Amino acid sequence: MRIPENLSYTKEHEWVRLDGDVATVGVTAFAAESLGDVVFVQLPEVGDAVTAGESCGEIESTKSVSELFSPVSGEVTEINQSVVDGPEAVNADPYDQGWLFRVRTADLPELLDAAAYAALTQED
Amino acid sequence: MKTALHEVHTGLGASFTDFAGWSMPVRYSSELAEHRAVREAAGLFDLSHMGEIEVTGPQAGDALDYAFVGRLSAVRPGRARYTMMCNAEGGVLDDLVVYRLADEHYLVVANAGNAAVVSAELTARAGGFDAEVTDRSAETSLIAVQGPAAVDIVGKLTDADLSSLKYYASTPAVVGGQDVLLARTGYTGEDGFELYVPGERAAAVWRVLTEAGEPHGLLPAGLACRDTLRLEAGMPLYGNELSTELTPFHAGLGRVVKFDKPGDFVGRAALDTRRDPDRVLVGLKGSGRRAPRHGYRLLADGEDVGEITSGALSPTLGYPIAMAYVLPAHAEPGTALSADVRGREEPVEVVPLPFYRRS
Repeated sequence: MRIPENLSYTKEHEWVRLDGDVATVGVTAFAAESLGDVVFVQLPEVGDAVTAGESCGEIESTKSVSELFSPVSGEVTEINQSVVDGPEAVNADPYDQGWLFRVRTADLPELLDAAAYAALTQED
Repeated sequence: MKTALHEVHTGLGASFTDFAGWSMPVRYSSELAEHRAVREAAGLFDLSHMGEIEVTGPQAGDALDYAFVGRLSAVRPGRARYTMMCNAEGGVLDDLVVYRLADEHYLVVANAGNAAVVSAELTARAGGFDAEVTDRSAETSLIAVQGPAAVDIVGKLTDADLSSLKYYASTPAVVGGQDVLLARTGYTGEDGFELYVPGERAAAVWRVLTEAGEPHGLLPAGLACRDTLRLEAGMPLYGNELSTELTPFHAGLGRVVKFDKPGDFVGRAALDTRRDPDRVLVGLKGSGRRAPRHGYRLLADGEDVGEITSGALSPTLGYPIAMAYVLPAHAEPGTALSADVRGREEPVEVVPLPFYRRS
Protein backbone atom coordinates (compact mmCIF):
# COMPACT_ATOMS: atom_id res chain seq x y z
CA MET A 1 0.00 0.00 0.00
CA ARG A 2 1.58 3.28 -1.11
CA ILE A 3 2.10 6.00 1.52
CA PRO A 4 3.97 8.93 -0.07
CA GLU A 5 6.68 10.44 2.16
CA ASN A 6 5.87 14.04 1.29
CA LEU A 7 2.28 14.05 2.60
CA SER A 8 0.77 14.35 6.07
CA TYR A 9 -1.93 11.99 7.33
CA THR A 10 -4.83 11.69 9.76
CA LYS A 11 -6.16 8.78 11.79
CA GLU A 12 -9.27 8.96 9.58
CA HIS A 13 -7.10 7.77 6.66
CA GLU A 14 -6.93 11.09 4.87
CA TRP A 15 -3.86 12.78 3.43
CA VAL A 16 -2.99 16.48 3.43
CA ARG A 17 -0.56 18.37 1.24
CA LEU A 18 0.28 21.94 2.21
CA ASP A 19 1.16 24.50 -0.49
CA GLY A 20 1.59 27.87 1.26
CA ASP A 21 -1.60 28.30 3.28
CA VAL A 22 -3.70 25.98 1.07
CA ALA A 23 -4.16 22.37 2.15
CA THR A 24 -5.16 19.77 -0.46
CA VAL A 25 -7.10 16.84 1.01
CA GLY A 26 -7.76 13.30 -0.18
CA VAL A 27 -8.17 9.78 1.18
CA THR A 28 -5.29 7.33 1.38
CA ALA A 29 -4.78 4.23 -0.74
CA PHE A 30 -5.46 2.23 2.42
CA ALA A 31 -8.86 3.93 2.79
CA ALA A 32 -9.68 3.50 -0.89
CA GLU A 33 -8.80 -0.19 -0.69
CA SER A 34 -10.91 -0.71 2.45
CA LEU A 35 -13.90 1.12 0.99
CA GLY A 36 -13.98 -0.86 -2.22
CA ASP A 37 -15.12 0.79 -5.44
CA VAL A 38 -16.17 4.36 -4.69
CA VAL A 39 -19.41 5.21 -6.51
CA PHE A 40 -20.46 8.52 -4.95
CA VAL A 41 -18.62 11.43 -3.39
CA GLN A 42 -20.31 14.34 -1.66
CA LEU A 43 -17.90 17.22 -1.09
CA PRO A 44 -18.29 20.52 0.76
CA GLU A 45 -18.98 23.57 -1.40
CA VAL A 46 -16.50 26.26 -2.32
CA GLY A 47 -16.77 28.96 0.35
CA ASP A 48 -17.89 26.56 3.10
CA ALA A 49 -16.17 26.93 6.44
CA VAL A 50 -14.87 23.54 7.60
CA THR A 51 -13.54 22.56 11.02
CA ALA A 52 -10.73 20.11 11.71
CA GLY A 53 -12.11 16.75 12.83
CA GLU A 54 -15.69 17.50 11.77
CA SER A 55 -17.68 15.82 9.02
CA CYS A 56 -17.84 17.78 5.76
CA GLY A 57 -19.00 15.18 3.24
CA GLU A 58 -19.50 11.53 2.41
CA ILE A 59 -17.86 8.79 0.42
CA GLU A 60 -20.01 5.86 -0.70
CA SER A 61 -18.78 2.62 -2.10
CA THR A 62 -20.93 -0.21 -3.36
CA LYS A 63 -21.04 -1.67 0.13
CA SER A 64 -20.61 1.18 2.59
CA VAL A 65 -20.97 4.84 3.45
CA SER A 66 -18.17 6.74 5.17
CA GLU A 67 -18.08 10.27 6.47
CA LEU A 68 -15.46 12.59 5.13
CA PHE A 69 -13.72 14.55 7.87
CA SER A 70 -11.89 17.77 7.28
CA PRO A 71 -8.35 17.40 8.60
CA VAL A 72 -7.95 21.19 8.85
CA SER A 73 -9.99 24.29 9.69
CA GLY A 74 -10.57 27.04 7.18
CA GLU A 75 -12.44 27.97 4.03
CA VAL A 76 -12.93 25.63 1.08
CA THR A 77 -11.32 27.24 -1.98
CA GLU A 78 -11.70 24.50 -4.56
CA ILE A 79 -13.28 21.08 -5.01
CA ASN A 80 -12.32 18.35 -7.45
CA GLN A 81 -15.34 18.27 -9.75
CA SER A 82 -13.82 15.48 -11.83
CA VAL A 83 -13.97 13.18 -8.79
CA VAL A 84 -17.65 14.06 -8.28
CA ASP A 85 -18.29 13.17 -11.93
CA GLY A 86 -16.02 10.11 -11.87
CA PRO A 87 -15.64 8.77 -8.31
CA GLU A 88 -13.53 5.84 -9.55
CA ALA A 89 -10.55 8.25 -9.51
CA VAL A 90 -10.47 7.79 -5.72
CA ASN A 91 -9.56 4.12 -6.21
CA ALA A 92 -7.44 4.56 -9.32
CA ASP A 93 -5.25 7.43 -8.15
CA PRO A 94 -6.01 8.47 -4.56
CA TYR A 95 -2.96 10.74 -4.10
CA ASP A 96 -3.18 12.69 -7.37
CA GLN A 97 -6.21 12.64 -9.70
CA GLY A 98 -8.36 11.53 -6.76
CA TRP A 99 -7.78 14.60 -4.55
CA LEU A 100 -11.04 15.85 -3.01
CA PHE A 101 -10.96 19.49 -1.87
CA ARG A 102 -8.69 22.40 -0.94
CA VAL A 103 -8.90 24.53 2.20
CA ARG A 104 -7.23 27.86 2.98
CA THR A 105 -6.09 27.38 6.53
CA ALA A 106 -4.42 29.61 9.11
CA ASP A 107 -2.98 26.95 11.36
CA LEU A 108 -2.32 23.32 10.62
CA PRO A 109 -3.27 20.88 13.39
CA GLU A 110 -0.87 18.17 14.36
CA LEU A 111 -0.87 15.48 11.66
CA LEU A 112 0.90 12.14 11.22
CA ASP A 113 3.95 11.74 9.05
CA ALA A 114 4.20 8.86 6.60
CA ALA A 115 6.01 6.58 9.06
CA ALA A 116 3.46 7.17 11.84
CA TYR A 117 0.60 6.61 9.40
CA ALA A 118 2.19 3.43 8.07
CA ALA A 119 2.39 2.17 11.67
CA LEU A 120 -1.31 3.01 12.15
CA THR A 121 -2.36 0.99 9.10
CA GLN A 122 -0.40 -2.00 10.40
CA GLU A 123 -2.56 -1.97 13.56
CA ASP A 124 -5.87 -2.00 11.65
CA MET B 1 -13.29 -20.60 9.67
CA LYS B 2 -11.47 -20.89 6.37
CA THR B 3 -12.57 -22.68 3.22
CA ALA B 4 -10.39 -25.19 1.39
CA LEU B 5 -9.63 -22.42 -1.12
CA HIS B 6 -8.40 -19.83 1.36
CA GLU B 7 -4.77 -20.02 0.25
CA VAL B 8 -5.84 -19.75 -3.39
CA HIS B 9 -7.67 -16.52 -2.55
CA THR B 10 -4.71 -15.16 -0.63
CA GLY B 11 -2.50 -15.86 -3.64
CA LEU B 12 -4.95 -13.92 -5.82
CA GLY B 13 -4.68 -10.89 -3.52
CA ALA B 14 -8.24 -11.10 -2.21
CA SER B 15 -9.60 -8.82 0.51
CA PHE B 16 -11.44 -10.87 3.11
CA THR B 17 -14.54 -10.26 5.18
CA ASP B 18 -16.18 -12.20 7.97
CA PHE B 19 -19.40 -13.83 6.81
CA ALA B 20 -21.23 -15.99 9.36
CA GLY B 21 -17.94 -16.90 10.99
CA TRP B 22 -16.19 -17.63 7.70
CA SER B 23 -13.29 -15.66 6.28
CA MET B 24 -14.51 -15.11 2.73
CA PRO B 25 -13.19 -13.12 -0.25
CA VAL B 26 -15.13 -9.85 -0.45
CA ARG B 27 -13.30 -8.80 -3.65
CA TYR B 28 -10.13 -9.65 -5.53
CA SER B 29 -9.58 -6.35 -7.32
CA SER B 30 -12.65 -4.25 -8.06
CA GLU B 31 -16.16 -5.44 -7.19
CA LEU B 32 -17.54 -3.39 -10.09
CA ALA B 33 -15.21 -5.16 -12.54
CA GLU B 34 -16.20 -8.51 -11.00
CA HIS B 35 -19.89 -7.60 -11.26
CA ARG B 36 -19.44 -6.64 -14.92
CA ALA B 37 -17.52 -9.85 -15.64
CA VAL B 38 -20.46 -11.93 -14.39
CA ARG B 39 -22.97 -9.95 -16.47
CA GLU B 40 -20.86 -9.94 -19.65
CA ALA B 41 -18.47 -12.93 -19.42
CA ALA B 42 -18.14 -15.04 -16.26
CA GLY B 43 -17.18 -14.93 -12.60
CA LEU B 44 -15.76 -17.66 -10.37
CA PHE B 45 -17.02 -17.81 -6.79
CA ASP B 46 -16.00 -19.80 -3.72
CA LEU B 47 -19.25 -20.54 -1.87
CA SER B 48 -17.85 -23.25 0.38
CA HIS B 49 -19.22 -21.50 3.45
CA MET B 50 -22.69 -22.72 2.53
CA GLY B 51 -24.11 -25.78 4.26
CA GLU B 52 -24.64 -29.11 2.47
CA ILE B 53 -26.84 -31.65 4.18
CA GLU B 54 -27.68 -35.06 2.73
CA VAL B 55 -31.03 -36.71 3.38
CA THR B 56 -31.23 -40.36 2.37
CA GLY B 57 -33.50 -43.34 2.84
CA PRO B 58 -36.86 -44.74 1.74
CA GLN B 59 -38.78 -41.84 3.36
CA ALA B 60 -36.31 -39.06 2.56
CA GLY B 61 -38.89 -37.27 0.40
CA ASP B 62 -41.62 -37.57 3.03
CA ALA B 63 -39.26 -36.26 5.71
CA LEU B 64 -38.45 -33.21 3.56
CA ASP B 65 -42.14 -32.64 2.81
CA TYR B 66 -42.69 -32.45 6.57
CA ALA B 67 -39.59 -30.36 7.30
CA PHE B 68 -39.98 -27.79 4.49
CA VAL B 69 -42.90 -25.81 3.04
CA GLY B 70 -42.42 -27.25 -0.45
CA ARG B 71 -43.28 -30.65 -1.91
CA LEU B 72 -39.84 -32.15 -2.36
CA SER B 73 -41.17 -35.71 -2.83
CA ALA B 74 -42.58 -34.53 -6.19
CA VAL B 75 -39.22 -33.30 -7.47
CA ARG B 76 -37.85 -35.69 -10.07
CA PRO B 77 -34.37 -37.16 -9.61
CA GLY B 78 -31.88 -34.85 -11.30
CA ARG B 79 -33.94 -31.74 -10.64
CA ALA B 80 -33.73 -29.09 -7.91
CA ARG B 81 -36.21 -26.83 -6.13
CA TYR B 82 -36.05 -23.55 -4.22
CA THR B 83 -37.86 -23.90 -0.89
CA MET B 84 -37.99 -22.66 2.70
CA MET B 85 -37.80 -24.06 6.21
CA CYS B 86 -40.22 -22.38 8.61
CA ASN B 87 -40.70 -22.58 12.35
CA ALA B 88 -44.02 -23.54 13.94
CA GLU B 89 -45.12 -19.88 13.83
CA GLY B 90 -44.49 -19.72 10.08
CA GLY B 91 -41.34 -17.60 10.41
CA VAL B 92 -38.60 -18.35 7.90
CA LEU B 93 -35.62 -20.25 9.36
CA ASP B 94 -33.84 -20.40 6.01
CA ASP B 95 -34.37 -20.36 2.28
CA LEU B 96 -32.71 -23.26 0.52
CA VAL B 97 -32.11 -25.16 -2.66
CA VAL B 98 -32.86 -28.88 -2.53
CA TYR B 99 -31.41 -31.19 -5.18
CA ARG B 100 -32.93 -34.60 -5.67
CA LEU B 101 -29.94 -36.73 -6.70
CA ALA B 102 -31.74 -40.10 -6.75
CA ASP B 103 -35.03 -41.60 -5.57
CA GLU B 104 -33.81 -41.88 -1.99
CA HIS B 105 -31.07 -39.25 -1.99
CA TYR B 106 -31.44 -35.48 -1.57
CA LEU B 107 -28.91 -32.70 -1.06
CA VAL B 108 -30.10 -29.70 0.95
CA VAL B 109 -28.06 -26.50 0.54
CA ALA B 110 -28.46 -23.99 3.36
CA ASN B 111 -27.16 -20.46 3.90
CA ALA B 112 -23.90 -20.34 5.86
CA GLY B 113 -25.41 -18.47 8.78
CA ASN B 114 -28.29 -20.95 9.10
CA ALA B 115 -26.51 -24.21 8.26
CA ALA B 116 -26.28 -25.38 11.88
CA VAL B 117 -29.94 -24.57 12.58
CA VAL B 118 -31.09 -26.29 9.38
CA SER B 119 -28.99 -29.36 10.10
CA ALA B 120 -30.29 -29.67 13.67
CA GLU B 121 -33.90 -28.97 12.70
CA LEU B 122 -33.77 -31.42 9.79
CA THR B 123 -32.40 -34.12 12.06
CA ALA B 124 -35.17 -33.49 14.59
CA ARG B 125 -37.94 -33.24 11.99
CA ALA B 126 -36.81 -36.41 10.18
CA GLY B 127 -36.94 -38.35 13.47
CA GLY B 128 -40.30 -39.96 12.74
CA PHE B 129 -39.33 -41.06 9.24
CA ASP B 130 -37.19 -43.81 7.75
CA ALA B 131 -34.59 -41.28 6.63
CA GLU B 132 -31.08 -40.31 7.61
CA VAL B 133 -29.72 -36.77 7.83
CA THR B 134 -25.96 -36.27 7.37
CA ASP B 135 -24.28 -32.88 7.53
CA ARG B 136 -21.61 -32.80 4.79
CA SER B 137 -20.80 -29.09 5.17
CA ALA B 138 -17.34 -29.57 6.65
CA GLU B 139 -16.00 -31.76 3.85
CA THR B 140 -17.83 -30.19 0.91
CA SER B 141 -16.65 -27.25 -1.19
CA LEU B 142 -18.90 -25.29 -3.53
CA ILE B 143 -17.53 -23.41 -6.54
CA ALA B 144 -19.81 -21.40 -8.82
CA VAL B 145 -19.08 -20.26 -12.34
CA GLN B 146 -21.69 -17.72 -13.37
CA GLY B 147 -22.26 -15.62 -16.45
CA PRO B 148 -23.07 -15.90 -20.16
CA ALA B 149 -19.70 -17.56 -20.88
CA ALA B 150 -20.15 -20.19 -18.14
CA VAL B 151 -21.63 -22.77 -20.50
CA ASP B 152 -18.67 -22.48 -22.90
CA ILE B 153 -16.13 -22.62 -20.08
CA VAL B 154 -17.62 -25.69 -18.40
CA GLY B 155 -18.36 -27.22 -21.81
CA LYS B 156 -14.65 -27.26 -22.64
CA LEU B 157 -13.94 -29.28 -19.50
CA THR B 158 -16.60 -31.97 -19.54
CA ASP B 159 -18.25 -34.58 -21.74
CA ALA B 160 -21.54 -34.02 -19.94
CA ASP B 161 -24.31 -32.82 -22.25
CA LEU B 162 -24.87 -29.29 -20.97
CA SER B 163 -27.67 -28.58 -23.46
CA SER B 164 -29.79 -31.20 -21.70
CA LEU B 165 -28.81 -29.94 -18.22
CA LYS B 166 -31.67 -27.52 -17.65
CA TYR B 167 -31.88 -24.63 -15.18
CA TYR B 168 -32.42 -26.10 -11.69
CA ALA B 169 -31.07 -29.51 -12.68
CA SER B 170 -27.96 -31.40 -11.60
CA THR B 171 -25.90 -34.37 -12.70
CA PRO B 172 -22.76 -36.16 -11.57
CA ALA B 173 -20.04 -35.18 -14.04
CA VAL B 174 -16.32 -35.20 -14.64
CA VAL B 175 -15.09 -31.61 -15.02
CA GLY B 176 -11.43 -31.12 -15.86
CA GLY B 177 -10.71 -34.68 -14.70
CA GLN B 178 -12.44 -34.18 -11.36
CA ASP B 179 -15.64 -35.89 -10.20
CA VAL B 180 -18.17 -33.24 -9.21
CA LEU B 181 -21.87 -32.74 -8.74
CA LEU B 182 -22.60 -30.29 -11.54
CA ALA B 183 -25.71 -28.16 -11.01
CA ARG B 184 -27.21 -25.47 -13.22
CA THR B 185 -28.15 -23.15 -10.38
CA GLY B 186 -26.98 -19.80 -9.08
CA TYR B 187 -27.69 -16.55 -7.30
CA THR B 188 -26.65 -13.93 -9.83
CA GLY B 189 -29.45 -13.69 -12.37
CA GLU B 190 -27.19 -15.20 -15.03
CA ASP B 191 -26.86 -18.65 -16.53
CA GLY B 192 -24.21 -20.67 -14.75
CA PHE B 193 -23.19 -23.68 -12.76
CA GLU B 194 -22.50 -24.66 -9.20
CA LEU B 195 -19.98 -27.46 -8.64
CA TYR B 196 -20.05 -29.46 -5.42
CA VAL B 197 -16.75 -31.19 -4.74
CA PRO B 198 -14.88 -32.68 -1.76
CA GLY B 199 -12.68 -30.03 -0.13
CA GLU B 200 -9.41 -31.76 -0.97
CA ARG B 201 -10.16 -31.40 -4.71
CA ALA B 202 -11.52 -27.85 -4.59
CA ALA B 203 -8.21 -26.20 -5.55
CA ALA B 204 -7.87 -28.47 -8.60
CA VAL B 205 -11.39 -27.63 -9.78
CA TRP B 206 -10.78 -23.89 -9.18
CA ARG B 207 -7.57 -24.12 -11.22
CA VAL B 208 -9.07 -25.85 -14.27
CA LEU B 209 -12.01 -23.43 -14.32
CA THR B 210 -9.63 -20.46 -14.06
CA GLU B 211 -7.53 -21.75 -16.95
CA ALA B 212 -10.52 -22.60 -19.14
CA GLY B 213 -12.18 -19.27 -18.30
CA GLU B 214 -9.24 -17.00 -18.91
CA PRO B 215 -9.75 -16.61 -22.69
CA HIS B 216 -13.45 -15.88 -22.00
CA GLY B 217 -12.76 -13.04 -19.57
CA LEU B 218 -13.60 -14.98 -16.40
CA LEU B 219 -12.60 -13.23 -13.16
CA PRO B 220 -12.53 -14.54 -9.61
CA ALA B 221 -15.47 -12.82 -7.91
CA GLY B 222 -16.12 -12.01 -4.26
CA LEU B 223 -19.10 -11.60 -1.97
CA ALA B 224 -19.39 -7.85 -2.66
CA CYS B 225 -20.40 -8.37 -6.27
CA ARG B 226 -22.45 -11.44 -5.37
CA ASP B 227 -24.64 -9.13 -3.28
CA THR B 228 -25.15 -6.49 -6.01
CA LEU B 229 -25.77 -9.25 -8.58
CA ARG B 230 -28.48 -10.94 -6.51
CA LEU B 231 -30.04 -7.57 -5.66
CA GLU B 232 -30.33 -6.63 -9.35
CA ALA B 233 -31.90 -10.06 -9.94
CA GLY B 234 -34.43 -9.37 -7.15
CA MET B 235 -33.36 -12.38 -5.12
CA PRO B 236 -33.88 -12.26 -1.34
CA LEU B 237 -30.96 -12.52 1.05
CA TYR B 238 -31.60 -14.21 4.38
CA GLY B 239 -31.05 -11.66 7.15
CA ASN B 240 -32.14 -8.81 4.87
CA GLU B 241 -35.37 -9.82 3.13
CA LEU B 242 -36.02 -13.01 5.12
CA SER B 243 -36.02 -13.69 8.85
CA THR B 244 -37.91 -15.57 11.56
CA GLU B 245 -40.07 -12.42 11.96
CA LEU B 246 -41.33 -12.83 8.40
CA THR B 247 -43.28 -15.50 6.52
CA PRO B 248 -42.79 -16.50 2.87
CA PHE B 249 -45.94 -14.43 2.16
CA HIS B 250 -44.26 -11.23 3.33
CA ALA B 251 -41.48 -11.81 0.82
CA GLY B 252 -43.95 -12.39 -2.03
CA LEU B 253 -42.92 -16.04 -2.10
CA GLY B 254 -46.16 -17.60 -0.91
CA ARG B 255 -46.08 -19.81 -4.01
CA VAL B 256 -43.37 -21.95 -2.38
CA VAL B 257 -45.80 -22.95 0.40
CA LYS B 258 -47.63 -26.08 -0.76
CA PHE B 259 -50.75 -26.33 1.39
CA ASP B 260 -52.13 -28.98 -0.96
CA LYS B 261 -49.37 -31.53 -0.40
CA PRO B 262 -50.35 -34.67 1.52
CA GLY B 263 -49.53 -34.71 5.20
CA ASP B 264 -48.69 -31.99 7.68
CA PHE B 265 -45.60 -29.81 7.62
CA VAL B 266 -43.95 -27.63 10.22
CA GLY B 267 -45.54 -24.17 10.18
CA ARG B 268 -48.60 -25.22 8.20
CA ALA B 269 -51.31 -24.19 10.66
CA ALA B 270 -49.67 -20.84 11.40
CA LEU B 271 -48.98 -20.06 7.74
CA ASP B 272 -52.60 -20.79 6.87
CA THR B 273 -53.66 -17.90 9.11
CA ARG B 274 -50.88 -15.56 7.90
CA ARG B 275 -51.56 -15.45 4.17
CA ASP B 276 -52.34 -11.71 4.18
CA PRO B 277 -49.13 -10.01 5.28
CA ASP B 278 -49.13 -6.66 7.08
CA ARG B 279 -46.20 -5.48 4.93
CA VAL B 280 -44.89 -6.63 1.59
CA LEU B 281 -41.58 -6.72 -0.23
CA VAL B 282 -41.23 -4.26 -3.10
CA GLY B 283 -38.56 -3.03 -5.47
CA LEU B 284 -37.57 0.63 -5.44
CA LYS B 285 -35.83 2.72 -8.05
CA GLY B 286 -34.05 5.92 -7.10
CA SER B 287 -32.44 8.74 -9.02
CA GLY B 288 -29.00 10.26 -8.79
CA ARG B 289 -26.25 8.13 -7.29
CA ARG B 290 -27.14 8.03 -3.62
CA ALA B 291 -28.50 4.61 -2.70
CA PRO B 292 -30.93 3.92 0.15
CA ARG B 293 -29.43 1.17 2.29
CA HIS B 294 -30.38 -1.59 4.71
CA GLY B 295 -32.30 -0.20 7.69
CA TYR B 296 -33.21 3.21 6.24
CA ARG B 297 -36.82 4.35 6.69
CA LEU B 298 -39.34 4.86 3.89
CA LEU B 299 -41.75 7.77 4.00
CA ALA B 300 -44.99 8.72 2.26
CA ASP B 301 -46.03 12.34 2.89
CA GLY B 302 -43.80 12.35 5.96
CA GLU B 303 -45.40 9.20 7.41
CA ASP B 304 -43.21 6.17 8.10
CA VAL B 305 -44.48 3.42 5.77
CA GLY B 306 -41.61 0.96 5.64
CA GLU B 307 -37.97 0.03 5.78
CA ILE B 308 -35.22 -0.63 3.24
CA THR B 309 -33.84 -4.19 3.43
CA SER B 310 -31.12 -3.99 0.74
CA GLY B 311 -29.92 -1.18 -1.49
CA ALA B 312 -27.06 -0.21 -3.75
CA LEU B 313 -26.18 1.87 -6.75
CA SER B 314 -26.87 -0.74 -9.45
CA PRO B 315 -23.63 -1.36 -11.36
CA THR B 316 -25.55 -2.62 -14.40
CA LEU B 317 -28.35 -0.05 -14.48
CA GLY B 318 -26.48 2.99 -13.16
CA TYR B 319 -29.19 4.16 -10.75
CA PRO B 320 -29.94 3.30 -7.12
CA ILE B 321 -32.06 0.20 -6.54
CA ALA B 322 -33.41 -1.21 -3.30
CA MET B 323 -35.77 -3.71 -1.81
CA ALA B 324 -38.01 -2.71 1.07
CA TYR B 325 -40.91 -3.84 3.23
CA VAL B 326 -43.80 -1.40 2.95
CA LEU B 327 -47.41 -1.23 4.09
CA PRO B 328 -49.57 -2.90 1.41
CA ALA B 329 -51.29 0.42 0.63
CA HIS B 330 -47.97 1.78 -0.71
CA ALA B 331 -46.81 -1.30 -2.62
CA GLU B 332 -48.31 -0.63 -6.06
CA PRO B 333 -45.70 -0.15 -8.84
CA GLY B 334 -45.55 3.54 -9.73
CA THR B 335 -46.10 4.70 -6.13
CA ALA B 336 -43.84 7.63 -5.25
CA LEU B 337 -42.17 7.39 -1.84
CA SER B 338 -39.10 8.88 -0.28
CA ALA B 339 -36.23 7.23 1.52
CA ASP B 340 -34.62 8.86 4.53
CA VAL B 341 -30.99 8.71 3.42
CA ARG B 342 -29.10 9.87 6.48
CA GLY B 343 -31.48 12.75 7.13
CA ARG B 344 -32.08 13.69 3.51
CA GLU B 345 -35.24 12.63 1.73
CA GLU B 346 -34.45 11.01 -1.61
CA PRO B 347 -37.36 10.27 -3.98
CA VAL B 348 -37.90 6.61 -4.90
CA GLU B 349 -40.51 4.85 -7.00
CA VAL B 350 -41.99 1.41 -6.43
CA VAL B 351 -41.10 -0.80 -9.39
CA PRO B 352 -41.70 -4.49 -10.18
CA LEU B 353 -38.98 -7.04 -9.32
CA PRO B 354 -36.53 -8.09 -10.65
CA PHE B 355 -34.62 -4.97 -11.63
CA TYR B 356 -32.54 -6.94 -14.11
CA ARG B 357 -33.43 -9.93 -16.28
CA ARG B 358 -30.89 -11.53 -18.56
CA SER B 359 -31.71 -11.21 -22.23
